[in-house]
Amino acid sequence: MKKKWQILTNGIIKENPTLVLLLGMCPTLAITTGVISALGMGLATTFVLVGSNTVISLLRKFVQKTVRIPAYIVVIAGFVTMVEMLMKSYLPSLYGALGIYLPLIVVNCIILGRAELFASQNTVGDSALDGLGMGAGFTLALCLIAAVREFFGTGCIAEIAITEEWMPGMTFFILPAGGFFTLGMIIAIVRYITEKRNRDPQKNCREREEEFCESCPNRAICQNEKEG
Amino acid sequence: MSKLLAVSSGPHIHSGRTVRSIMGDVLIALAPVVVASVLLFGLRALILYVVCVGVCVACEWVTQKLFHKPISVSDLSAAVTGVILACNLPVNIPLWMAAIGCIVAIFFTKQLFGGIGSNIANPAIVGRIVLMISFPSAMSNFILPNFAPDGMASATVLPQIIGGSEEAVMPGMLQMFFGIRTGCAGETCIFAILLGFAYLVYKRVIHLETPIAFVATYLLFSLMVGNPFANGRIFYELMGGGLLFGAVFMVTDYPTTPGTRLGRVIFGFGCGLITFLIRFYGSLPEGVSFGILLMNMLTPLINRLVLDKPFGWAKPEKKEGKA
Repeated sequence: MKKKWQILTNGIIKENPTLVLLLGMCPTLAITTGVISALGMGLATTFVLVGSNTVISLLRKFVQKTVRIPAYIVVIAGFVTMVEMLMKSYLPSLYGALGIYLPLIVVNCIILGRAELFASQNTVGDSALDGLGMGAGFTLALCLIAAVREFFGTGCIAEIAITEEWMPGMTFFILPAGGFFTLGMIIAIVRYITEKRNRDPQKNCREREEEFCESCPNRAICQNEKEG
Repeated sequence: MSKLLAVSSGPHIHSGRTVRSIMGDVLIALAPVVVASVLLFGLRALILYVVCVGVCVACEWVTQKLFHKPISVSDLSAAVTGVILACNLPVNIPLWMAAIGCIVAIFFTKQLFGGIGSNIANPAIVGRIVLMISFPSAMSNFILPNFAPDGMASATVLPQIIGGSEEAVMPGMLQMFFGIRTGCAGETCIFAILLGFAYLVYKRVIHLETPIAFVATYLLFSLMVGNPFANGRIFYELMGGGLLFGAVFMVTDYPTTPGTRLGRVIFGFGCGLITFLIRFYGSLPEGVSFGILLMNMLTPLINRLVLDKPFGWAKPEKKEGKA
């Protein structure tokens, strides 16, 4: 049970796809101008992640290794098309706000990354949990960035006015430059907090490196190279 | 004695110049500009300078305390940044906006990158640009200076002269030279800027290549478009906007400009070209600060492109083929 819990929380804190792994930067920077569109994007991506992770995990024994990437893309594209159609009919305003970035979930590297690194090697239940955790991490990170940008940019959060009346928003935060700026600052703060929490003067460098390797998604590749 | 005899690596001669003395010279050079802008725009300009310098120095002090770094407020560089930023703002900008600009300049542009000498862009320019794209209306809300003749347009000179609208009453050449026109606090009085320039050149604080390449490139391109002398357009372009202020005080910043002579010429050329392109073909009225910022970003690349030959370096001789 503890392991299941770890799989779920892994994506939220330790391997947060946006703030730690720096995956999926394109939607992160493009749609975080408002909390509502960020939340919509995050939930849509979470749905696709859970679905594609489950299906890819089911198929992991049947798909030939050489054609696995096209096979994953077909599965992911199927789920994205579903989301797109559902959103178009039930949430047309959000559909309009997300625009081209909704179909672009197909090429979001978080989803392909989780398919390749997790779903293709783990059981169905674990994969679905991993998708849920990663999706939640992505959604939380997007909402955090969007809240900062929307607050400083327009004086609102989730379109509810907070300081709008006393202070004009700084357009800088709504522009792409402000997106990069906010993302960088939040990553720096997250790094600072995690470093501070994990800092243990008794540990030597070697141990620290091993601990770092433990959480690295490229560990398998890296170790193969070291050994071979 | 032992110090005399000990063998150590170079450099052995120190010119005696310190950051503090250089920044002090820059402040002295900025003094005429400050005085002129207070005369032209009144007490409000003085308040703007005081607030900007105060916030910049305070921000530097607080940041260095927070990061447990040695306090280097006394090297005057934060004060220089504050004055230059204030020179680049319209006089009646709300003071809290000016304070945001100072914090962007000192904390985000200078201290986060490692303090003086490590910043990748000119702090004052980043402060100005963030304000410009954040509060476009407040940043283009210019007031008429004292001594202004009746009926003078309160719009800026540049868009009118480049866009070619004939109706507005343009300031005369002499008025342009002494700064009786609308504009940012420090950029209008050309006479004061030239005084500062002369002082900096006399004290050998700035390299001449960058400002000359900058202005010359701009004029060269501008001469090629239309009739540059119609209504004295080229003179208005030279004295309107922040071209000369930028050329004297902003492209001569040490850490953000290339370290070699040829590099500085390339730097000035790029600034001039981008300024020209933005003024003539862009949607913004003024492009000096964007030009300089973009070239700041390219400075590390220019430094790699143009390397000084080390002392005593000789081209390696080609090995002659032996039969």
